[in-house]
Amino acid sequence: MTRGGVTGEPALGPPPLRLLVPAVVAGVFVALPLLGLVLRSPWERMPTLLADAAVREALWLSVLTATVATAVCVVLGLPLAWTLARTEHRGRSVVRGLVAIPLVMPPVVAGVALLAAFGRTGLAGAYLLDAGVTVPFTTVAVVLAHTFVALPFFVLSAEGALRSASSEYDAVAATLGADRWTTFRRVTLPMVLPGLAAGMLLAWARSLGEFGATVTFAGNYPGTTQTMPLLIYSVLQDDPPAAYALSLLLVGASVLVLVLLRDRWLGQVRAR
Amino acid sequence: MTTHRTSAGHDTGGGLHARVRVERPGHVLDVTLDAGPGEVLAVVGPNGSGKTTLLRCLAGLQRLHGGRLTWGDRVWEDPGSRVRVTAAERQVGLVPQDLRLFPHLTALDNVAFGPRCRGERPAAARRRAREWLEVLGVGELSGRRPDQLSGGQAQRVAIARALAAEPSLLLLDEPLAALDPGVAMTLRLELARHLAAYDGVTLLVTHDAVDALTLAHRVVVLDEGRVVQDGAPAEVARRPATEHVARLVGLNVLRGRSRGTLVTLPGEAVLATATEHDGPVVVTFPPTAVTVALEPSAGSARNQWPGRIVSVAPHGLAVRVHLDAAGGVLADVTAESAGRLGLTPGREVWAAVKATETTVRAESFGTMPTHRPPLP
Repeated sequence: MTRGGVTGEPALGPPPLRLLVPAVVAGVFVALPLLGLVLRSPWERMPTLLADAAVREALWLSVLTATVATAVCVVLGLPLAWTLARTEHRGRSVVRGLVAIPLVMPPVVAGVALLAAFGRTGLAGAYLLDAGVTVPFTTVAVVLAHTFVALPFFVLSAEGALRSASSEYDAVAATLGADRWTTFRRVTLPMVLPGLAAGMLLAWARSLGEFGATVTFAGNYPGTTQTMPLLIYSVLQDDPPAAYALSLLLVGASVLVLVLLRDRWLGQVRAR
Repeated sequence: MTTHRTSAGHDTGGGLHARVRVERPGHVLDVTLDAGPGEVLAVVGPNGSGKTTLLRCLAGLQRLHGGRLTWGDRVWEDPGSRVRVTAAERQVGLVPQDLRLFPHLTALDNVAFGPRCRGERPAAARRRAREWLEVLGVGELSGRRPDQLSGGQAQRVAIARALAAEPSLLLLDEPLAALDPGVAMTLRLELARHLAAYDGVTLLVTHDAVDALTLAHRVVVLDEGRVVQDGAPAEVARRPATEHVARLVGLNVLRGRSRGTLVTLPGEAVLATATEHDGPVVVTFPPTAVTVALEPSAGSARNQWPGRIVSVAPHGLAVRVHLDAAGGVLADVTAESAGRLGLTPGREVWAAVKATETTVRAESFGTMPTHRPPLP
């Protein structure tokens, strides 16, 4: 019995080829484009690109809007997730379905829908215009677009985290005299915090890569709405090598954030 | 250790008056229960008899469909007049079976949680929490998180947490079931002391006859959602109303058919009894009333049954012998005689029962489940 363990041979025998071969193909398929970016990028132009004002603006705007959108997702999405996980009402499955729609919606359609709601003649946009507020084609529009597409990622993963933190803890807290808000603040929230980190990461990553809804609803204005994906697309038209380098830069930035967060948060999760 | 405080904040006057009705698909819980301050009630019954549902109703974690719940002259719940006091406002301490210590808080902060919610300042709440951890004998573990506590330690912290909130009603759901026998025994003794010092009402759900007999003033027997017996522990142990409780307290339970004072048991065994019955009966007697011999004793052949030893195991200071006589009988003999007679599994022996130690009841014993498979 231990002999198999020593040689590393799986106890149930080697994995079947018809599973192993597609698995290898999948791995190569994911790795190849990344490899292409790394090998085709003009590395020597990286310093000049990084010094370029338009690039720095776009990078900053991307990080800023993704972070703000993630914060909005938490502030609005966490209460929504709690409502879905902890209350019983008939409309719950309807709300859950509604929240999930942006997941399956083409981003361009999401942008069009946002125009229909917040555009100058939109449902809410008309009133906003009367109040002197214009949303479309501003940085606020970028954040709205990002929030719209990223919210389901956060809400669904937060709801999962809330469900796995059993409501029996809420019950015990109630017998100890805690009202529901106190229970949420002092019991539920600390327990689900590691789970929320995963949802925030998903929302942030989705937001960082957002293109379709942004370009439709917010436009492509350098300095106010041109995020990295939009800049990369623009540059690709007449200077593909520069687009490679910028793409690599964006991948690098998101991987960097991932690694930093992993050490900070996921490290704590593992320590628990 | 008589440091238990009786606080000004909690109301021990009045006691509990509960008529609880909950309807679920397939079963109904319909229970009436009264308990005065300082009283400890053990709630026993088979799985699915409604014990935990009853606790949840009293705690305010499950809505009543009918009945009325009052503490003293305060109405906790009355579905008829749409009155309901939430769990947070009832001052009920709950120790659920799986404890549910808050995993992100230290033992100290777990115990301080209740006082904090009742409005005490953090420092005062922690001071009180420390006192309760000391009372439960786990003061030195105050800085640990629940996953760093053993089962017994966690149980003590959970009890401390419930008591620190100064409940009027303390609900313990099988507090000793998950513990090693040695740990359970120690904690049982301490729990008896804490409950004696506690001036509220305690309800203790248990599957262990020893808990019911040593900790409780009264035993409430539930069966299929109803109270089938409510009495002093000794009385319930002597004359259990259900087969479940009879087995729980370790009595032999045999079914037979009685004609006059003669009961015919499975395997042609005959039992002469002191009381007259006609028809199907259930006979109970303690294992200590059974003697085991290698040969039938001279004289009356009644109340002596041949059988084979199925198993032999230590039981307290005695040795418990399981025989297949009369459909299955437990006998407690001294270790000395077990050795002298050579009582080992497979051995053919004779079991004798003193008629005066048996209790015979008509099969109306009523609430016995009819779907139970025949005894081996």
